[in-house]
Amino acid sequence: MRTPVVVIGAGQAGLAMSHHLTGRAIDHVVLDRGEVAQSWRTERWDSLRLLTPNWMSRLPGYRYRGDDPDGFMTKDDTIAFLDDYGRSFGAPVRTHVTVEEVRLRGSGFEVTTDAGVWSCDAVVAATGASSEPRRPAVAADLPGRIDQLTALQYRNPDQLADGEVLVVGASASGVQIADELRRSGRHVTVAVGEHVRLPRRYRGHDIHWWLDAVGHLDERYEEVDDIDRARRLPSLQLVGSSRPRTLDLNTLIATGVEVVGRFMRVAGTRAQFSGALAHLVANADLKLNRLLARIDEFALEHGLDAELTEATRPPATAVGTVPTELDLGRFATVIWATGYRPSFPWLDRAAFDQRGRLVHDGGAGALPGLYVLGLPFLRRRKSSFIDGVGPDAAELAGHLHAHLDRRVPPAARITRAG
Amino acid sequence: MTDTDTPTVDNGVNVEALLGARQALTDAPQAALFQWRASCEWVNGTHSRSTVSGFSGLGEEHTHRQEFVLDADHPEVFASQDNGPTPPEIVLGALASCLTAGVATVATNRGVQLRSVTATIEGGMDLQGILGIDGDVRNGFDGIKVTYDIDADAPKADIEAIVAQSQKRSAVFDIVANPTTIHVEVT
Repeated sequence: MRTPVVVIGAGQAGLAMSHHLTGRAIDHVVLDRGEVAQSWRTERWDSLRLLTPNWMSRLPGYRYRGDDPDGFMTKDDTIAFLDDYGRSFGAPVRTHVTVEEVRLRGSGFEVTTDAGVWSCDAVVAATGASSEPRRPAVAADLPGRIDQLTALQYRNPDQLADGEVLVVGASASGVQIADELRRSGRHVTVAVGEHVRLPRRYRGHDIHWWLDAVGHLDERYEEVDDIDRARRLPSLQLVGSSRPRTLDLNTLIATGVEVVGRFMRVAGTRAQFSGALAHLVANADLKLNRLLARIDEFALEHGLDAELTEATRPPATAVGTVPTELDLGRFATVIWATGYRPSFPWLDRAAFDQRGRLVHDGGAGALPGLYVLGLPFLRRRKSSFIDGVGPDAAELAGHLHAHLDRRVPPAARITRAG
Repeated sequence: MTDTDTPTVDNGVNVEALLGARQALTDAPQAALFQWRASCEWVNGTHSRSTVSGFSGLGEEHTHRQEFVLDADHPEVFASQDNGPTPPEIVLGALASCLTAGVATVATNRGVQLRSVTATIEGGMDLQGILGIDGDVRNGFDGIKVTYDIDADAPKADIEAIVAQSQKRSAVFDIVANPTTIHVEVT
């Protein structure tokens, strides 16, 4: 089979790219191992909602038009939203096609799947930022008696054996899972590493409204001092819920969740945690207050001050004195909410550096004709959000179009009718 | 500097050299592998003397400008002769020194002139641990408190951010706060 472009992955990124390719009349196919929004169907816990409010669900040529702009989509809403998006412009999605290998072939690529081989001039890897869970090496040292789950495998509290749970990680996944387990009546301990604390709402607006308004989400990858570090930042400590609420360490502690430092080591029958927790929470509070000061300044400059509610800062995080060792015998389950990473095991090794990292400049791969989309801070801070992938897709579709034009005279290119 | 609008910050830290080293070691990660060493000789009783002179890094051996000597002992309340600080006190000094070096470096990098920096450091210890009286009491500190008094040309929030960054990049902070695997052998 021959097509100019193969897009791998039919989630928000693959569909946004498909929309732009369609707009440019560039023939392409979108392959997915399952259905549209497959990871939302199979790799998310039951209660998960988007972290961004509905009005921020904006994709190229499509946006949320329901009657609850300030609400947060459930998992099922999100699947339906992406399904509807793909249908809205007739995205050429081939479902249940698993990509096995993408290899450089001549000046193009050969994409081998379980449903045949495509040859193409360009490949867009849009399989997302969360293909694999990150799990620290210490996981291997836990006794076999303890059940281990990653956030990608967690569904709901009933899934877990009776007993105490240690949730490792306090970014969005960790705090949400810990909160849900605590509310189900479990005794829960959270091991906290570096995290980004945010209130759900500030001065009468959702925090994402502010991040959008002050231009934070639009910061570009060429502009930040240290893009590698910006790309490694943990996800925002937020929850989407039916009623907007803040979920931070103070909230968890108030409900009886025990908080400890980063999970460092297993020593015999005991788990050892970092003693640096006080530093991490103080640092998160400092950064939070710096952001809120920036928001206050923006409000003042734009004459919004009078119409806004009072600038009340969240109280400092109060973790108190916490243990640095706990008896592992207490825990029936450990849940690793220690982040995710993209994974491209099918991609030609020539696309990676010596340390196995995909080489790209804002999504344009080191191999001409190779693109990646939907990763954290790919081109702007919001790149991995539904609201952020569109502008990235627009720019990369332009780059891709120019690449095709350099390769093939436009007249000779197969284009889709209409 | 000829630009009179930008006051020159001088905390005695060569930030340009450090940033240059950061870039160089990013490009040559092997050179970033250092090994620090000390040797220690028993003198008498609880008195011992550590000597520090050589270390390796940047792909070669180095020696300090001079050999440095640290005496350690126990105080008279332990029926010792108090020929030097106790080893835990040396650890407290090392932690404060490491954080303070970080404060000076980060402040300079952020264009903040320091006038004075004083750290007070306290570590609590229940001797029932090392004396074997109660197996549930650990030998080491039950907690460490560091208090900084800093006089600098910057608002309090900026000074707090400098102190936070110094913890984030401190070797001894990490050494003390997090477990390290130790092998002790006898030849």
